[in-house]
Amino acid sequence: MKNIKKILAVFFSAIILVGIVAGCGSKATTDTKKEQAAKSSIEEIKQRGKIKIGVFSDKPPFGFVDANGKNQGFDVFIAKRFAKDLLGDESKVEFVLVEAASRVEFLQANKVDLILANFTVTDERKQKVDFANPYMKVALGVVSPSGAPITSVDQLKGKKLIVNKGTTAETFFTKNYPDIELLKYDQNTEAFEALKDKRGVALAHDNTLLFAWARENTGYTVGVASLGSLDTIAPAVKKGDKELLAWVNTELETLGKENFIHKAYDATLKPAYGESIDPETVVVEGGIVK
Amino acid sequence: MQNLGINVLFEGTTLQRLFEGLMMTAGIAFISIIIGSFLGIGMGLLRTSKSRIVQFICRLYLEVFRIIPILVWLFIVYFGVTNALDIHLDGEVVAVIVFSLWGAAEMGDIVRGALESLPKHQVESGKAIGLSFWGLYRYVLIPQAVRRMLPGAINLSTRMVKTTSLVVMIGVIDVVKVGQQIIERSIIKVPTASFWVYGLIFILYFIICYPLSKLSKKLEAKWEN
Repeated sequence: MKNIKKILAVFFSAIILVGIVAGCGSKATTDTKKEQAAKSSIEEIKQRGKIKIGVFSDKPPFGFVDANGKNQGFDVFIAKRFAKDLLGDESKVEFVLVEAASRVEFLQANKVDLILANFTVTDERKQKVDFANPYMKVALGVVSPSGAPITSVDQLKGKKLIVNKGTTAETFFTKNYPDIELLKYDQNTEAFEALKDKRGVALAHDNTLLFAWARENTGYTVGVASLGSLDTIAPAVKKGDKELLAWVNTELETLGKENFIHKAYDATLKPAYGESIDPETVVVEGGIVK
Repeated sequence: MQNLGINVLFEGTTLQRLFEGLMMTAGIAFISIIIGSFLGIGMGLLRTSKSRIVQFICRLYLEVFRIIPILVWLFIVYFGVTNALDIHLDGEVVAVIVFSLWGAAEMGDIVRGALESLPKHQVESGKAIGLSFWGLYRYVLIPQAVRRMLPGAINLSTRMVKTTSLVVMIGVIDVVKVGQQIIERSIIKVPTASFWVYGLIFILYFIICYPLSKLSKKLEAKWEN
């Protein structure tokens, strides 16, 4: 009688113990794997026949899923070209749908080869992933209702500002304006809904996204068009993956010669931003910011 | 122009994708609930053990799952454990593992509570008429405990169904994520899209969770006598 309880106890303890040992005891294998990955990341992709690229699935016009379930957008347009030039066919790309807050982890854990998800280059992120040269530049903007426009950051003191978790906007305001109360959301959908419900007086995000949103949502205006330092957006690879990083940089250079990023802009961003935005404020050609 | 909003649902393969998302949500939830329940019953029996070590380990297991948010567990297993062990696990598999382990911890506590709430004389009478350990549990304790744990178990199950929406963070596309993709794609042109999409998602969650409450009512009525 008692034995059965004992057996069960041993069984469950064993499960827990295995879990603990597994969690701590496998540093060695990780290191050897890292070396291998660094040695032949492109070989590995070619053997697999598919490059895994992390893109957004709900951030139009950069990365979104259309009515037929297909990935579309600026980042996706470029990702397909990368696949075509690396593997010979633009269909040889596997899109992994990532979230803003877990992009770094997807790279670190080898879930993707490359992130092309509107990834802004920051010093903090540079410590965790390796960024290639940029293909886009962006600053922060603040959008607010046209009836009560916010045209300078000073107007925000003591009021509620809506931001997305894990974005540059959150970091910028937390660091530079700690006296502005932030309302944080995981999803863009939620953040824009919150602005419409007037849960905050304004919403801060990358200005490019706000241009597109304000163009279609009458009654809202991008009162602060450019805030903070000009940031760049670049493809990112896993820390230490020098081979793929070098390939991406050469690729961007080659694409620059045929003005490919401008083509991508015309195909995906122009319909969203309208004619009023100068593409030169957004596009970076050949990986070099002018 | 209200019609425009609902049309979003019928464009292209939208409905099919929402349905696939729903299957993902329901699949992860129900597999986890079943695995969690079985492990949980084992946990519950262990929790009534006299051994202090067993009690301590079970208690530790429960608290670890209760204190650390499920989102963190998903990250630990999906990004941490797979990397450390040098294996690849799909997001769906990780979700089932994490939700099953969480279910086991919480279910274990519910089972323990139900067993301990039974009057002591039930055990003593059972022993007095010469029932074995398994007999005691099989014929006396478990039938009574199941009825007492039912409300808690159903509550846990619906909670698990709803918590599955966290799996988007590890790249699994569930029904809520599909909804967000549809809203984001159309929000600029159709601002009312969110109303219709979330409305439909509400109904879909209701369809998953309501049968559970119905089932629990039925079982309670059946075991009344």
